[in-house]
Amino acid sequence: MAAISSDNHGLRLVVRYAVLTLIAAIFIFPLVFMVMSSFKPDLQLLRDTSSFRAFLPVGDLSLDNYRDAFTRAPVATFVFNSVLVTGLTVLLSLLFCSLAAFSFVFLNWTGRSVLLSVILATLIVPFETIAIPLLLLVSKLPWIGLDGFQIGWLNSYRVQIIPWIADGLTIFLFVQYFKDLPKELIEASRVEGASWWQIYRKVVMPLSGPVLATAAILKFLVMYNQYLWPLIVVQQESYRPVMVGLQYFFQLDTAWGEIMAYLTVITVPVLAFYLVLQRAFIASIASTGVKG
Amino acid sequence: MTSKLTTSNRAGWGFALPGFALIATFIVLPFIFAFWLSLTNQRLISPNPTEFVGLDNYRSLLSIDVLSIEPERDAAGALVRDDDGALSYPAVRGFTRNNPDYPQYAGMREWFRWHWGDTAKVVIATDVIFWKALANTLTFVLVVAPVQGALALGLALLINQRLRGINFYRAVYFMPVVVSIVVVSLLWRFIYDGEDGLLNNLLSALTFGAFTGMDWLGNPDTALGSIMAMSIWQAVGFHMVIWLSGLQTISPTLYEASAIEGASKWQTFRYVTWPGLRNTAVLVVIVITMQAFALFAQIDVMTNGGPLDSTQTVVFQAVERGYGKQDISGGSTISVILFVLVLTISLIQRWLAREKT
Repeated sequence: MAAISSDNHGLRLVVRYAVLTLIAAIFIFPLVFMVMSSFKPDLQLLRDTSSFRAFLPVGDLSLDNYRDAFTRAPVATFVFNSVLVTGLTVLLSLLFCSLAAFSFVFLNWTGRSVLLSVILATLIVPFETIAIPLLLLVSKLPWIGLDGFQIGWLNSYRVQIIPWIADGLTIFLFVQYFKDLPKELIEASRVEGASWWQIYRKVVMPLSGPVLATAAILKFLVMYNQYLWPLIVVQQESYRPVMVGLQYFFQLDTAWGEIMAYLTVITVPVLAFYLVLQRAFIASIASTGVKG
Repeated sequence: MTSKLTTSNRAGWGFALPGFALIATFIVLPFIFAFWLSLTNQRLISPNPTEFVGLDNYRSLLSIDVLSIEPERDAAGALVRDDDGALSYPAVRGFTRNNPDYPQYAGMREWFRWHWGDTAKVVIATDVIFWKALANTLTFVLVVAPVQGALALGLALLINQRLRGINFYRAVYFMPVVVSIVVVSLLWRFIYDGEDGLLNNLLSALTFGAFTGMDWLGNPDTALGSIMAMSIWQAVGFHMVIWLSGLQTISPTLYEASAIEGASKWQTFRYVTWPGLRNTAVLVVIVITMQAFALFAQIDVMTNGGPLDSTQTVVFQAVERGYGKQDISGGSTISVILFVLVLTISLIQRWLAREKT
């Protein structure tokens, strides 16, 4: 093993990088195709798929597809809805789930272990198996809003937000993280007379940066990419999020350039966000596995 | 050891209740509802009161039987053959429609058939589409779970080497995970397109024109396979990262020891790496299985269950009935069956992966 000549070593290195790069190309080419096509007129877009031109910014490039996509569909509304729903759900999820986990880890109270078991048991229930009964449930729930009392949550922001705030995985992540914090810290603050709310806010939360980032990223990915749930509970255009808004582009003749422009608009910001916070994204996925 | 300092029922419940109440209302309650609704004829909106129907929904979904049909014979008792020499069989309709001799087959339709000697064995079911959906979903799970798990491990091993710029590659491999499966499905419609698809053009170039192209999503033989390949492409980076975190928990001293012992690469993998990945393996397989059973968006965007029901899936059927036809009880029944399936398979996986003593 030790007798590898440097020449051989160099060749191996080249092969390794070649393999890595080839695989990278497989993962990246549809996305490159998407961005490049969004600048091309339909005719050229379809013609280019027969050659490498499909992945290159060549030919008649313009922002026309973007302009047309924005005139054809209320793209800004869809994006606003997605940002609002995703942002609010992530924030509320961090608050409610960390509070619950705080209570499960640091406090002793009757019923604690039963409640925690119920919450962890929900981890084996895929959302797809409760979507239909949940649809019936939210169609009958009452609501008191600015415009008075009403029955039914369909076609609203709340139906997209409230059912998604608390989930077993997020609580589980906080519980795992809090377990590793030194208990003495909490007891010491208790001795000094701090209230539980103060301990949560002033002691535990400032130490929870990593788990907050993890939980926020996972929730963000789930919420922004929602499809099945908004598809069945939101028929009104004004409440639709970006993924469901996509259907708009299939109504008349399929305009592929506009579709590519729309896909680019809803995908590239997320990809940019991912590339900037790449380490945090990957760490958050990894942390779902380490202790599971 | 419970400290007085940390005992407080009021604070404990107060902090946990908001989160727990949400989970109870929006996960536990609908989960219990699903079982109840599957025993009724509930619809989303209906002028008639809901009735309890017992196991009728399950019966109409799951009823399946094998019909043995003898070939037709002429008056002399000889087998009737057509011009090509093929045997002719009485129509299945004759057994399943208004036939007082076979009340148990009433309303059933043919799913598929095979031949046993001269006898035709015909599998008939009340709800053929559901059975197709079930078969497709199971096929999808049985292919995707091992293939995606193994490819993800391969990528993790590839990425887990000390090379300049390796983080760049890791970031790229993971990239499809952050892209919505809806977006991915639309993009891949271009790749699979029968006319100008990128895949056809690539294969044609690689074979110097010998490959003349095929409509990947329009052909019942390739549609499900195409969706499998795309699904693996999208999600493999996710599980690569989980494998990677498992790999990094293995102590470097174990690798040093095996290097000193003169172990080959394969031996090192077999006796050091793989045993260290045991828990990760169980997790990866269970997570992929659960995700695979939930197959929906790809179908909805790419094929709508076609062609010829070759890409129907359980979740797609649950949504089509529960939402599309507003048949809440039918959709709930499919949901319950799906849950029982997921639970059974993950229990089997856990049992197979148990620590052997």
